[in-house]
Amino acid sequence: METNIALYKYCVRIADTSLILAQRMCEWCGHGPILEEDIAMSNMGLDLIGQSRGFYSYAAKLESKGRTEDDIAYFRNEREFLNRCIVEQPNTNFAFTMMRSFLHGCLAYLQFRTLVKSKDDTIAGLSEKALKEMTYHVRHASEWIIRLGDGTDVSHEKVKEALENLWQFTDELFEMDEVDQALIKSGIACDISMLRAEWDQMVNEVLAKAKLERPLGGYQSKGGFNGAHTEHLGHLLSEMQYLPRAYPDAIW
Amino acid sequence: MNQPQIQEDEQKHVDAFNARIAAGKTIEPKDWMPEKYRKQLLRMMSQHAHSEVVGMLPEGNWLTRAPSLMRKAVLLAKVQDEAGHGLYIYSGAETLGTDRAEMIDQLLSGKAKYASIFNYPTLNWADMGAVGWLVDGAAIVNQTALAKCSYGPYARAMIRICKEENFHSKQGYQIMAHMMSGTKEQQEMAQDAINRFWWPVLMMFGPSDADSPNSDDLMKWKVKLYSNDDLRQRFIDRTVPQAEAIGIKIPDDKLKWNPTTRHYEFGEINFDELKSVITGNGPCNKLRMKQRNDAHKNGAWVREAAIAYAEKRAKE
Repeated sequence: METNIALYKYCVRIADTSLILAQRMCEWCGHGPILEEDIAMSNMGLDLIGQSRGFYSYAAKLESKGRTEDDIAYFRNEREFLNRCIVEQPNTNFAFTMMRSFLHGCLAYLQFRTLVKSKDDTIAGLSEKALKEMTYHVRHASEWIIRLGDGTDVSHEKVKEALENLWQFTDELFEMDEVDQALIKSGIACDISMLRAEWDQMVNEVLAKAKLERPLGGYQSKGGFNGAHTEHLGHLLSEMQYLPRAYPDAIW
Repeated sequence: MNQPQIQEDEQKHVDAFNARIAAGKTIEPKDWMPEKYRKQLLRMMSQHAHSEVVGMLPEGNWLTRAPSLMRKAVLLAKVQDEAGHGLYIYSGAETLGTDRAEMIDQLLSGKAKYASIFNYPTLNWADMGAVGWLVDGAAIVNQTALAKCSYGPYARAMIRICKEENFHSKQGYQIMAHMMSGTKEQQEMAQDAINRFWWPVLMMFGPSDADSPNSDDLMKWKVKLYSNDDLRQRFIDRTVPQAEAIGIKIPDDKLKWNPTTRHYEFGEINFDELKSVITGNGPCNKLRMKQRNDAHKNGAWVREAAIAYAEKRAKE
């Protein structure tokens, strides 16, 4: 696979994952359980939008077709979105939101930590900033998982339910294909299969403190990073993209 | 202590308090203050904090639909600032002896008020421009005055908050300017937004001076330094040229520059509408209260879990 084509796709996968999660974070704004959490979730949403803009802009540059970050974000359909399915899952309640941020965040943290050493300077630079952000996103989510897991009976049940429902999207976090392989060889991308053990350790540690049992077996979804999504993404996109699509000539 | 002695001591406090204010010094949380002063400030500050928090809702309504990633980031940063202002002013208000939970209960029960403007809906993207430019613009006019008020924690909060409001107002104006130089549909959206928001924004300054029941004491104590009508005029004078610069029409046929007074004259404000909205009968009063109550209710188990967890750790 040609490096630029692979790299374009690699960047869009990261950007889509950050953007879709940011969109979910935006939904909380003004509706959080406490004002401090409204601020925290907005803050994380801002970080994620920033990450997506960086990776989209780089993708647009690699593509050299004169498209912008917004063209890529707003003018593709659900089958063309390459995010991991976990981030498109609905907020449902605060426990789902924190569990989603936690399970995805642990991998994003490990991935960016590896990518800071990428031979591609732009990827390394974008990852350096994202790593700082993901470090506290994971800390924030971990603290809440523990609080909720070891809080009241109600909170324990809710966070347990969140874990059990979101677990089916965790294998997918580690999926790779020829895009990754091509870039791993040239020292640009990271081999996420190598991060699994550390991810397991991070997750197990927090789940133990939260008095939660790690789910075993069950269905595991596949292919979000190649456009195979859950039913939720289409709705999210139709809301997110409607204005630029309704007025394609307008510049906002 | 006998009664005349108490009265004499009280008078000394009052004299010292008045002297402090007359000398342009601030009143700090531990200073003696008349009970009425404390209550007025608590009312104003808690209303202000509630307004910041309820004010997140009409703009939050467009976060998921912002038409570009840059606009989405800017709007999210702005709404996050409003949450921060709310937190900051609640903390300031707590120095007057009432805690945040109690103030929030008063909001949720409908006992406490918040800015009337947030009871209007945001119906198209240009409303994000109109709210930023006009609502935050009006807030700046109000808050620049409050930054010189006599209560130290409030005045200091306003200095910081005004800096952020300036960014908010500029981003709103920039949205409007951009839309006015855009497609016909964008221009129509922008005009539609100002047509709906102009008059309710003028109402934000409150009733006219003749009908403003709280103003006398507030002015004497330098809680308020300018009257509602003065601030409203200041807002109009600074906003009309901005509107003209981008070619948007202010929906007031009576609006005209008076070279003698060096102020704009403007049409009659429908204060009956203001009265209706602040007494709970505006377009979105029920929705806003439901949104706040739902968030509070849906988050109760989260807050309870955090407390339970903290108590367990404290026992270890």
